[in-house]
This record gives sequence, C-alpha cells and structure tokens, in this order.
Amino acid sequence: MSAPKTRSGLPAIVRRFLPFVTGIGMIVAWYVVCMSLSADQRFLLPSPHEVARAFVDKGPALWGAALNTGGGALLGFGLAVCLSFAFALFLSLSPLVRASFYPYLMILQMTPIIVIAPILILWVGPGLKSVVIITFLICFFPMVVNTTQGLISTDRNLVALFTMCKATKWQEILLLRVPSALPYFFTGLRIAATLAPIGAIVGDYIAGNSAGGQGGLGFLTIIYSSQFQMGALFATAAVGCLLGFIFVAGVIALSWLALHKWHDSFSQSDN
Amino acid sequence: MRQEDPLPIVELRDVDKRYGDGPLILDKIGFAAKRGDFITLIGPSGCGKSTILKLISGLNPVSAGRIVVDGLEPANAVEKLSFVFQEPTLLPWRTVAQNVEVPLRLHGSEPVARAEVVRKSLALVGLADRMDYYPRQLSGGQKMRVSIARALSVSPRILLLDEPFGALDEMTRDHLNEELLAIRQQLAWTAFFVTHSVSEAVFLSNRIIVLSANPGRVHSEVRVDFPYPRTEETRESAPFQKMVAEVSKILRSVERLHP
Repeated sequence: MSAPKTRSGLPAIVRRFLPFVTGIGMIVAWYVVCMSLSADQRFLLPSPHEVARAFVDKGPALWGAALNTGGGALLGFGLAVCLSFAFALFLSLSPLVRASFYPYLMILQMTPIIVIAPILILWVGPGLKSVVIITFLICFFPMVVNTTQGLISTDRNLVALFTMCKATKWQEILLLRVPSALPYFFTGLRIAATLAPIGAIVGDYIAGNSAGGQGGLGFLTIIYSSQFQMGALFATAAVGCLLGFIFVAGVIALSWLALHKWHDSFSQSDN
Repeated sequence: MRQEDPLPIVELRDVDKRYGDGPLILDKIGFAAKRGDFITLIGPSGCGKSTILKLISGLNPVSAGRIVVDGLEPANAVEKLSFVFQEPTLLPWRTVAQNVEVPLRLHGSEPVARAEVVRKSLALVGLADRMDYYPRQLSGGQKMRVSIARALSVSPRILLLDEPFGALDEMTRDHLNEELLAIRQQLAWTAFFVTHSVSEAVFLSNRIIVLSANPGRVHSEVRVDFPYPRTEETRESAPFQKMVAEVSKILRSVERLHP
C-alpha cells in the first residue's frame, strides 16, 4: 500500500509539515528584511531572536498580563454567551419581536467601542469591569444573530410533528428548537471566541487599570510602545495571538463534544 | 373478521381551502373513508393532495365545509392520527430509538412502557438492530422506516402518509410498499396516502381518488379489488398492469383537462 494521498496528490505526511515549512520560510524572509534595513531604521523591526529574548526577559510580566486579559476575556465572553442565548430565545418568539429589536441590536453593534469606552470608564470606573463589558459588547452581536437564526430555522415538519403530539411551548423549545439551533450557536461562539481576546486587549488598552499592577496585554502595549521596546511589543502581539488560539481551540473542543455524534460537520465519511 | 361498521372513520363534506386571501386550493372536496380503507390521493401537482392530509390532521383548519375524524373535529382527534412526512423528518441529535419514542415522550408516557413500544415498532420495520444508531448513519430507506416506526408508536387508528417514498429509488420504494402492507395486516389502521406514482397507488390502495387541479376537485374514484395481502407477484400480474394503465389514462385526461 502506498502512503495515503490527499486530493492535491501529496502524501498526507508532507501536507502536515507544510505549515512548518512556510513558517521557516517566513522567519528566513524576516531575517532578510532585518539585514537589509539601514542602521538607523533597524530599531523598527526587531529580529526573531530579539523577540525571543523579549519573551524571556518580559516573561513574568507577559504571562501575568495574559492571565489578566484572558480572565477578562473569559468573563466577558461567558457573559455574552449567557445573555445572547437568553436574548436569542426572546427574539425567536415572533417576527414582530425581531422587527422591534433588530434595529437597536444593529445600533449597538455599529457604535464604535472606542467611543463607548470613555463613557464606560465614567460609569463603572477603569479596570476589569470595563474590560469585561467591552468584551461582552464585542461578542454579543454575532452570537445573538447566529443563535436566533438557528432557533427560527427549525424544520417546519418537525414543528408540525410536535404540534400534532400536543407538545407544550417549552417542550418545543427545549426538545426541538434549542438542539437544532446548536450548530448555529457554535458558529456564533466560534466568531465570538476570536473576538473575545481582541476585545479584552482593546478594552484594557483604553479602559484598563493603568494605575495599579493589574494591567493586561493592552496596558503592556501602552508601556512598551511608549518606551519603543519593539521586541517586547512583538512578543505581546504573539501572546495575544496565542490567547485567541486558546479560545478558539476551547470552542472547537466544546462544539466537538456537543455535535460530533450527530452533525454532518463532524462526519468521518465526508471530506 | 371485524364487524361491519356503518360509520365512516373519516368524512370530508364540501371542504374548501384557501390560505388567507389566496386562490381557492380545494373546492368542495367530499369523500368518506371506512375503517380499514387504504385511500390514495393522486393528481397533478397543485391539486391539493397534501393539503387534504394537513386538513385531516388538524394542522390547518378548513375554510368551509366540515371534516369529521372518528366522530370528532380534526383538532380534537390528533391522538388517533399519525403523520408520515415526505422527508424522514427525524431529530438528527437523537438515536433511532429516541426518535421513535418522541411522540410517546410528548404524550407523557412512562419510560418503561416507552421502551417496550419502541422495540416493537422498530421490529415491525426491521430495524431492531439499529436502535442506537444516529439518523445520519442510516440510508434513505432506513430513515423512512424509522419515520414509519415513529408514526406507529402511538398506535394510530389513521395513518396519513404524504409521499413518504417519493425520494427513494424504485427498488427501495417497492420493498417499503410491501412492508407497509405487511404491517397493515398486523395493525389495522386506515390510511390516506399521497403519491405521484400510479403503480404505487394501485399496489397499496383499495381506493384511489383522482383529483384535478386549480382548484383541487375530486375528479373520480377508482376501486382496486386485488385481495390483500399483496406481494411482488401482484405487481407482476397482468390485471395489475392493466389497472396501472387504466389509472394512468385517467390521470393523463385530468392533466389535459386542467393544465
């Protein structure tokens, strides 16, 4: 038997290593760009090993900040999950309810966070509370929209079946509408998971507790950029990126747990 | 044998249907079903065959006229009816057994009693060994069998089948037709069946009601007197073929009449 081939004709093992190959290629290209910069421009782009050194030097500060930001992101995200689900249930009640509330949902989404932040700081003060609320505001919309769509897309014949079996409204919601909305719910969750760490960093940047020692990655960004610590800035960006990956991986794991047995998106026979 | 029951189990009297201010879909539909009848509704698309099933099921109200189901208004007779949809209409997140017990669960029956009924219903459709499968692991024909088992789980007196085998290949469809009749020999329900296939209609029913379209009206009724149980041999016999040709001719004339 030959090695399993993918559609592109490459053996699967080669395909798996391709991302590493491109990664190494990019690091090489990075060094090339660094070398070609003139001496007075060199500070603009730290080389990969300078970033690595910043990781080691700033390690405790970075991981502490990542923990703060991750905590804020998780709280805001969790709040958005709970409230968006409840709100989506409410919106799914009737087209009239949706028509009455959708415009305001849009307004909430269109209002720039940068403008809301100072208001929030005045209302609840800087620090974790503001960070959580900003994260919540960013995550809420995609989750409400997706979950609502799922709740109102239930197979009409299944609804008819439930009606013929004299199901109560609650039985219809719990046994039919909510489970059939799960794939949509997880789509919203996945979008929100990529947004949550970004929201928390932005929140921390504009409304974080810059006075105390409880800053997150946004606060570090302010410090490092004011000191032109380019290596440390790059390291901060990488940690933020890692945080995003952790969130998305968590959501993918959750959706696998909830859906893999029955949903086609996890079907082994499909490619 | 069951004693002769003079009262029809389902009766439609001058039934009209229109949705909102839309055009008339059904115009003065009237027919009555005796207990044990297998009635197939056939006709060009847009003749309102499926609508008639929805009206009998009580899912939609009539616009005029009256339907009586076992002495009751359709909306009050839902426990006596089961509906089999065009699609299998299963809950994909539930196993085969859990799908079959959905109606029982909604009616509030006990888990122990449910398990027994589920086993029996699945045995009837030959899927007793697929209890713990998820719908996506089944073929189209198997899914339809689960759907039928679910409909049977409530021991209905009337079965409404809306083109249940339309999406299946001919072999599977023939098989399921035979199985459906075999089940009917054991559990005597009255059936209303909608299909586009004349041969399916002739094979299954003792009465075929031909409808014309725009608006839907009863055009004629054909009695099919081949004795039950019917088998593969019935389908291959010359009188059967002749009957199929005859009904097809009526159907063609109806389609010419109201294109």
